[in-house]
Amino acid sequence: MSEEQKPVTSIKTPMRLEYRYSAGIATSRFLHGIAQGKILGQRCPSCKKVYVPPRGSCPRCAVATEEEVELSDKGTITTYAIVRVPSENIDVPLPFASVHVLLDGADLPMFSIVQECPLEKIRFGMRVQAVWVPKEELGPTLQSIRYFKPIDEPDVPADQLRETV
Amino acid sequence: MSATIRDEGEILTAPHVLEYPYRRSVGPVLGRFFTEMRAGKLVGVRTQQGRVLVPPQEYDPETGAATTSEFVEVGPGGVVTTWSWVTRPRAKQPLAQPFAWALIKLDGADTAMLHAVDAGDIARMRTGMRVVPRWRAEREGHIRDIECFELES
Repeated sequence: MSEEQKPVTSIKTPMRLEYRYSAGIATSRFLHGIAQGKILGQRCPSCKKVYVPPRGSCPRCAVATEEEVELSDKGTITTYAIVRVPSENIDVPLPFASVHVLLDGADLPMFSIVQECPLEKIRFGMRVQAVWVPKEELGPTLQSIRYFKPIDEPDVPADQLRETV
Repeated sequence: MSATIRDEGEILTAPHVLEYPYRRSVGPVLGRFFTEMRAGKLVGVRTQQGRVLVPPQEYDPETGAATTSEFVEVGPGGVVTTWSWVTRPRAKQPLAQPFAWALIKLDGADTAMLHAVDAGDIARMRTGMRVVPRWRAEREGHIRDIECFELES
């Protein structure tokens, strides 16, 4: 039987939703900072926690956050997952590690990926640092941080990360 | 990606597209419908009561009983039983110009099927009007093998 003669067993039924996402005031300030190679968080006036990327309010205290805090681009892995399944719009070669990084000075981990590290070495508490795109390619997007790479610093003990896991 | 980010003063906005490239299994009855459609034919299925359902279904929605294995060729022409005019079609809709979504009862069928009618102008739309399919030259076994229906000349 030629391909054309085979009975139809399935049909394409794609769904597509087109939005225009607005980053809002706080996250826009954060992204403008990223375009200059800086990571800006915001501190809650009530509980003093520092959020990054900032959303403009503290979800625990339900108050606006305004105080801006510049953070280090070094941090600690608080959780990770090894991605082995391909997906459209992911241009990182498989497999790779998807991680939460708690930046120094922040109280909420940020989502990113880790490279320059064997997958079996990746662990909770591991110290990492952002690898940025070249200065002339910096823009108001998280793609300005290409990935995080391991740095030669001792692991952070688990009890210091308890609140962020 | 960064090229598409728009800097509206302080506030940044960016397009955000959520897309699910699904492929749906159709089963033996709708599978037959789409296989025939690819060959340029329209078929329905006969119920135990003798009615003809188009598109064919595995069960008769009136009685809940399984339909028979008898497929019946219907159409290609039919009658518009109800319709709704689309003034500003969206990107993925069947036609770029204003058109009607219509329920079309094909000749020989007892139920009506949803499709687009290219009438050019809302003034030419009438319940009870006769329409015929405009087939695509390249067919793959999909409801879009019929580009739309048009007025019977």
